[in-house]
Amino acid sequence: MTGFRLADGGRIDRRTKRNFTFDGKARWGYAGDSLASALLAQGQMLFGRSFKYHRPRGILGAGVEEPNALVTVDRGPGRKTPNLRAPSVALHDGLAATSQNRFPTLKTDLIAVNNMLSAFFPAGFYNKTFMWPRAAWEKVYEPIIRRLAGLGDSPTTRDPDHYDATYAHCETLVVGAGPAGIAAALEAAASGGRVFLIDEQEEIGGGALSDPAQWAWLAEASAKLAAMDNVTVLPRTTAIGHYHQNFVVAAQRLTDHLPVDEAEGPREKLWRIRAGEVVLAMGAIERPLVFEGNDVPGVMLASAAKTFALRYGVAVGRKLVVMALHDSGWHDALALHKAGVNIAAIVDLRREIAPELAEAARDARIACYPGYAVTGVSGGQAVNGVTVALAGVGKGQKLECDAVLMAGGWTPTVHLWSHAKGTLRWDENWGAYVPDKTHENLRCVGACAGDWDFGSGLVRGLLPAPKPLHESKAFVDFQNDVKARDIGLAVQEGFRSIEHIKRYTTNGMATDQGKTSNLNGLQIASGVLHRPVTDIGLTTFRPPYTPQSFGAILGHHKEALFQPLRKTGIDDWADAHGAVYENVAQWRRARYFPQGSEDMDAAVARECRTVRSAVGIFDASTLGKIEVVGPDAAEFLNRMYTNPWKSLEPGRCRYGLLLGEHGFIIDDGVSARLAPDRFHLTTTTGGAARVLNMMEDYLQTEWADLDVWLTSTTEQWSVIAVQGPKARRVIAPLVEGIDLSPEAFPHMAVREGKICGVDTRLFRVSFTGELGFEVNVPAEYGRMVWEAIWAEGEKHGAAAYGTETMHVLRAEKGFIIVGQDTDGTVTPDDAGLGWAVGKKKPDFVGKRSLARPDIVAAGRKQLVGLLTDDPQAVLEEGAQIVADPNQPVPMTMIGHVTSSYHSATMGRSIAMALVAGGRDRMGETLHIPMPGKTISAKVVAPMFYDPEGSRLNG
Amino acid sequence: MLLIHCPYCEEARPEVEFAYGGEAHIARPVDPSTYSDEQWEEFLYIRSNPRGRHHERWRHAHGCGRFFNAVRDTVTDVFETTYKAGEARK
Ligand SMILES: [Zn+2]
Repeated sequence: MTGFRLADGGRIDRRTKRNFTFDGKARWGYAGDSLASALLAQGQMLFGRSFKYHRPRGILGAGVEEPNALVTVDRGPGRKTPNLRAPSVALHDGLAATSQNRFPTLKTDLIAVNNMLSAFFPAGFYNKTFMWPRAAWEKVYEPIIRRLAGLGDSPTTRDPDHYDATYAHCETLVVGAGPAGIAAALEAAASGGRVFLIDEQEEIGGGALSDPAQWAWLAEASAKLAAMDNVTVLPRTTAIGHYHQNFVVAAQRLTDHLPVDEAEGPREKLWRIRAGEVVLAMGAIERPLVFEGNDVPGVMLASAAKTFALRYGVAVGRKLVVMALHDSGWHDALALHKAGVNIAAIVDLRREIAPELAEAARDARIACYPGYAVTGVSGGQAVNGVTVALAGVGKGQKLECDAVLMAGGWTPTVHLWSHAKGTLRWDENWGAYVPDKTHENLRCVGACAGDWDFGSGLVRGLLPAPKPLHESKAFVDFQNDVKARDIGLAVQEGFRSIEHIKRYTTNGMATDQGKTSNLNGLQIASGVLHRPVTDIGLTTFRPPYTPQSFGAILGHHKEALFQPLRKTGIDDWADAHGAVYENVAQWRRARYFPQGSEDMDAAVARECRTVRSAVGIFDASTLGKIEVVGPDAAEFLNRMYTNPWKSLEPGRCRYGLLLGEHGFIIDDGVSARLAPDRFHLTTTTGGAARVLNMMEDYLQTEWADLDVWLTSTTEQWSVIAVQGPKARRVIAPLVEGIDLSPEAFPHMAVREGKICGVDTRLFRVSFTGELGFEVNVPAEYGRMVWEAIWAEGEKHGAAAYGTETMHVLRAEKGFIIVGQDTDGTVTPDDAGLGWAVGKKKPDFVGKRSLARPDIVAAGRKQLVGLLTDDPQAVLEEGAQIVADPNQPVPMTMIGHVTSSYHSATMGRSIAMALVAGGRDRMGETLHIPMPGKTISAKVVAPMFYDPEGSRLNG
Repeated sequence: MLLIHCPYCEEARPEVEFAYGGEAHIARPVDPSTYSDEQWEEFLYIRSNPRGRHHERWRHAHGCGRFFNAVRDTVTDVFETTYKAGEARK
């Protein structure tokens, strides 16, 4: 027990106790405490176990930079948050926090044996140790690593909270509400513009919260800001990223600081703020020093100890030694002394100390060791002393203490500046990068601008030591357990750029993104390489500034609001008739309609047989539809599609094949010419928006002279496919004004008239090979017309069928589905659709590519049919095909299965496949190796049923 | 998120309303059949990919639906200007 509550001081409310638990044990603190300050006040020094070696670790910092004291806070089922930084967790009644990465308990961690084996865990050990054999990764190494190296556990149950989101606009956004940020906000507010002031802490004030002399000013400024209508102050709000054109995303924590039973409403709110000007006032983070034993619990940043004492009224120990390279360490030591904390000694590597500091220390009776460095720390789970030596190499001298404060200088917090692509320049005085230039209306003020007087200091992270670097156990990155010698080793093994050194050693790659380790790592690499820091580079900062819940990023976009679900006008009917659905693009479509205890295979077999023998009714409303209108409509389609369109007579339909300029199939569909200047186009369900975009592109940018108008009409029409030998008899009683006789209304024709009293565009088309009609009616009449057709159909033994049956029926006929039987590398000829390419057309989109050498070369993959030797074997779609199943692995794969079904009509399985030189292999037997067996299949034409097409006539 | 000025709507709107359309001023040849394989390859696939000023196409997909051209700096992402399709390269 070392830390304790000071008799007075701090911003805590000593009349209000807060009860909480840590690792299941009852603890208490005061209102205004953080979890860290309350635990420190009760003498807790050990807060966690390190990532790799499970070393005992204590508090390092007092803010979001804290790398060691990560805790899990449990707020009930689904509300468990791992990896929270104890100094940033506000204390409330009932808070239940646990330490992490220890097994079984924090004090006796069995895995800390790693610590003793640390010689075997050097830089790059993941890469080196676990290289071979590959199979051992999954079964041996990965489970071990997951056990050893871990942070908190991810929640396993659903997050019951909801998260809010909003957009905001302002003239000035100030990020960080320390003295510089508050001053900037007050100044901006005076001009009358809208001002946002956001800060990650529980209350605004930043560094001023740790300086009682500023509290009166702070209270006055806070009141002034609160009274201004044009100012919005958001505490508990972290600016997680700066994006283009001053678009800042900030997450506000609304309820985590409250007891669970008082937490109402959304847990967090994501602000998307567009600001005219952004002022960054994010302060600076103190740098630790790198010396042997710098990770023993009780070694922490001097500024943190000051914050715990002056803001929270907590002394972090009874006898403190300060290791300073910087004046700020002396200032903090003197402030702590004044607050009643016992500073035993100040050690400073500098021989020359500013006289007023040395004098003040002498007056405070603090022993001073100018020119000295700490070379060792004694104690396992808590500090009990340090060794200091002149210049780090002289004779060691022991000093008794229970905490060590490090003052290594300051690193401006330039994260958001860097997100905004602001450039940085090296500042020798700071020993750090400071903001330089930006193209955004963005500026930094205060410490993050390098504009703050912390005093002066030496610029070096690594203290001189009696041991050579490769024997040192001095840590650089506490959260990822990276030692100074790991960086030395990385350099020795040939890494030169900090980006590579970072990845090899994992320095700065933990959840704190190197807030306390980046600069020290850079300094050490610079020293080992004998090159200036600026030659080694700086790693890139990326959002989020601190770890962010997925909940806030997702906001309301979950469940039904995650993505719009498109439903047809007939969807309700399908639902009422037991449809099983599948999602196709954003649509949900009825896949099949099981009856009784039917499974999918049985339902699909029945639906197929019904279509072939009687009639089936299918909701095809999701087909993409584009109305193409204008005097040049035929010319336009002639240029877009492979087929000739100008000769198509009004009242007739045509199968259209659409290529990209690269010559590969990208869409298809049957389209109708309604009038000389009007076409009704259909596209694939998933391709509708893409095709319209492509057509608009050509129309607007290549052929702006064509007088054509394109309108998406997908949602305007309900489409009911009536397919089967009895199709005509089903619709005949309902249709008015259209002669349905085969002579008057041939296959691939369109007629306009009425059905059930509603205007219809009636297509005679077939995607099944049977006599078929597609009834287009205005969407709002879809359900009514569907029910009328269904009632007629039932008299003829009709079945409603879904997409699965549609797929089987079309495969029996060898009709392709773009995106299933094609994959973006299939030409019309590859797909056996050469007949759909207008040979006499001088040009169309993709035509030139069809003459490219690779497209006309022999051996391209071509679409063929496959019939398995075992008629009941159904191939896996996507399965690879080989010519010789006995060849050694890896085998030469010559193609893959694209469509495969059991066909009830054929009484056997059928498949389509893309096979190299496929059409020259007719009759050949190919092989499909599968786990545990190889399936043989014969190559046939991709047309299994009614090749003459006689059934189209009913 | 970028703010993009649509030269047709004459208004700066958020990036989510727009769709990127690749490099600008690559006109489809009037008669592609006169192109050699090398010329056609160049038209199809070869792009300038500059570091700095980039002429590119955008479509105000969730707005007026028009394609237009822009000059954007690929390092800073700053838009220098946007202009209507068919106007001369800027
Ligand atoms: Zn527009």
